[in-house]
Amino acid sequence: MNIERLTNWFRHLPTHIVLILLCALWLVPTLGLLVTSLRPVQAVNVTGWWTVLSPPIGSSEYAQQCSTCHGEEGDAIPDADLTDPEVVGDYPRSTQLLAMLEKEIDGQPHLEDNPLPDAQQAANIAVYLKRISGIDAPPRFTANNYIDALMGYRGKRTYLEDCATGEQALDLNCNISDLLNPRGMGRAMLNSLLVTIPATILPILFAAFAAYSFAWLDFRGRQFLFALLVGLQVVPLQMTLIPISRLYAQLGLNGTFWGVWLFHTGFGMPYAIYLMRNFLGSLPRDLFESAYLDGASHWTAFTRLAIPLATPAIASLAIFQFLWVWNDLLVALVFLGGTTPVLTYQISNMVTSLGAGWHLLTAAAFLSFLLPMIVFFALQRFFVRGMLAGAVKG
Amino acid sequence: MAQVTYEHVTKHWGDVVAVNDLNIEIADKEFLVFVGPSGCGKSTSLRLLAGLDDLTNGDIYIGDRLVNEIPPKDRDIAMVFQSYALYPHMSVYDNMAFGLKLRKLPKAEIDQRVRHAAQELGIEHLLDRKPKALSGGQRQRVAVGRAIVREPAVFLMDEPLSNLDAKLRVEARAMIQRLHHRLETTFIYVTHDQTEAMTMGSRIAVLKDGILQQVNTPQVLYDKPDNVFVAGFIGSPSMNFFDATMIQENGGAYADTGAFRVRAPESKRDAWMQTAGRRVILGVRPEDIHDPNYAPPGIRPLEVEALVDVRELMGNEVFLYLKSGNHDYIARVDPRTAAYVGNRIEVVFNAENMHLFDAETEQALR
Repeated sequence: MNIERLTNWFRHLPTHIVLILLCALWLVPTLGLLVTSLRPVQAVNVTGWWTVLSPPIGSSEYAQQCSTCHGEEGDAIPDADLTDPEVVGDYPRSTQLLAMLEKEIDGQPHLEDNPLPDAQQAANIAVYLKRISGIDAPPRFTANNYIDALMGYRGKRTYLEDCATGEQALDLNCNISDLLNPRGMGRAMLNSLLVTIPATILPILFAAFAAYSFAWLDFRGRQFLFALLVGLQVVPLQMTLIPISRLYAQLGLNGTFWGVWLFHTGFGMPYAIYLMRNFLGSLPRDLFESAYLDGASHWTAFTRLAIPLATPAIASLAIFQFLWVWNDLLVALVFLGGTTPVLTYQISNMVTSLGAGWHLLTAAAFLSFLLPMIVFFALQRFFVRGMLAGAVKG
Repeated sequence: MAQVTYEHVTKHWGDVVAVNDLNIEIADKEFLVFVGPSGCGKSTSLRLLAGLDDLTNGDIYIGDRLVNEIPPKDRDIAMVFQSYALYPHMSVYDNMAFGLKLRKLPKAEIDQRVRHAAQELGIEHLLDRKPKALSGGQRQRVAVGRAIVREPAVFLMDEPLSNLDAKLRVEARAMIQRLHHRLETTFIYVTHDQTEAMTMGSRIAVLKDGILQQVNTPQVLYDKPDNVFVAGFIGSPSMNFFDATMIQENGGAYADTGAFRVRAPESKRDAWMQTAGRRVILGVRPEDIHDPNYAPPGIRPLEVEALVDVRELMGNEVFLYLKSGNHDYIARVDPRTAAYVGNRIEVVFNAENMHLFDAETEQALR
């Protein structure tokens, strides 16, 4: 029994290793993104996310050079209390600190027998002194990046600090209304939702109607229309940008939500109809005939039979369409532009030309894929549910 | 009042003729069985009546009403499908109540009808289950229950038992017959199984290639088949056929098969005589061939030599696969028979009970 289990375990080992590797491939960058997004900007700019749990910068140099006299906490010598901001404030940089260390104290060298630290070490000690004196003690983790990203803060400090000192930019009010600041991710998320939800529901709704009629109604040209529809899927989206933009200009739809909704509906429908028709067509014919005999109209058969049974297909379509629209930049850029920026547009704006702003970018990225994750985990059980088991014999 | 009438009903699928000029009058409260091999048009006939397929030609009446253009839901019929076609996402109760809800019956009455039907079918304890949690036999009963609660004028059943195992099938057969007696409604039943047809039908319609071969009570179908097809289809094991020539000798008519000669029964002498000199097909049911030792009294014996090819013991009888000359046939004899494989034996035909068919038209000669 035990040997059997062991051999079984070994037989599945390769699969498990591959699975673990795949998970790691996905989880490690995600974790990096998450950690980075939660670190203060100063830390992000100096060290990588994997050092987040290591001791603060300069602590080892301090322990080696200074802690014997100044003590572990830095307050052992009352005349030179390193936890006093006023004392440390005189030495903000490594040059000032080095100059001080070269001086003698009471006729003795400041560092006694120890050699002077080099410039990098001195700089690290200076950073550490600022930390213990409280002049500049950034926390290990902070939610400020998320707040800044949501509110659209673009200054040199943080939204909360600026608001505390009343130095906020002109477009910020320092209250909840800042969530709707057009430069912030909060507003962008709202815009994205306003774009995505109708752009997901509309094509699936229309596709369900169309798929039912393609599957269960007899009308002339059914096969031809369906073939045409399948063929239409090969038309690249980019090819239609200009004609549709011109059309929208005439109709006054450019820059409106209706414009994107219609565009996404149009491009989502061929595939949605194709998938739904095949799904509905694979349902047993008897089921529908039985419903018609029971007194069902086509509308009843559609709402009471086709839709409940097509839930797995609708769920998977909804996930795909939602993700596609949510992540779409091109269509949003062309038809909405900066007037009603969506998430992708806002994120693309956050990367500065010098590649800075990592802390905001990671926070924004995390905000933007939070919702797709929720949608996916909420709907994924529909993928695997065998709705049809028991419909017909056996 | 729900007699059903097919008048010159024809259905084409492209070039294929599925049902060809079907004429039947089905009386109120009758149990009519459509039987035939697969592809004979029996299911299509039923679906035409249900309105699931459109007629190419002809008229169908339910009661006095021409239903050609009436949609299925307004024809006052209920159908049990071979696959049962239960709605997988609804409970048994909702499956049965679905048609009633769509017809906007009061809730109390729906509940009463569903529970009554469930009780009758012994599926009361399953009402809350989904179809996938039921066994085949239970699903079948739910499908029947869904039809009964509708209280239709005509019940249609499309091979409702073919997905059940042999034992359940026998039970379900009895259940449907009881149902027919109690409901006193017209039943139209489709099957490819002649046993089902014989045991259940008050009349049987035999179809082949879309053409109605014969419609009559099971007894008449068995005793007086109209043609070779009906003769061979009804009865198991099926009737033996011998190619023969009709000859006239000494004022009597004889069918000569090469291996043996049969004199025409007195009652059929004139009919046989008329075909003198022609090629005919002689039909003999397996139960009209006996082991001479156990032959019943009152038959007109005709002794024939035969070689036993295969012997099948069924318990209460034995099937002997016999060879006489170049004829192969089956006899259903007494289980005490001493005939074994390889034996050369003598069997006794009952010459009084012979069926004669024209070799050209395959129609019965009577």
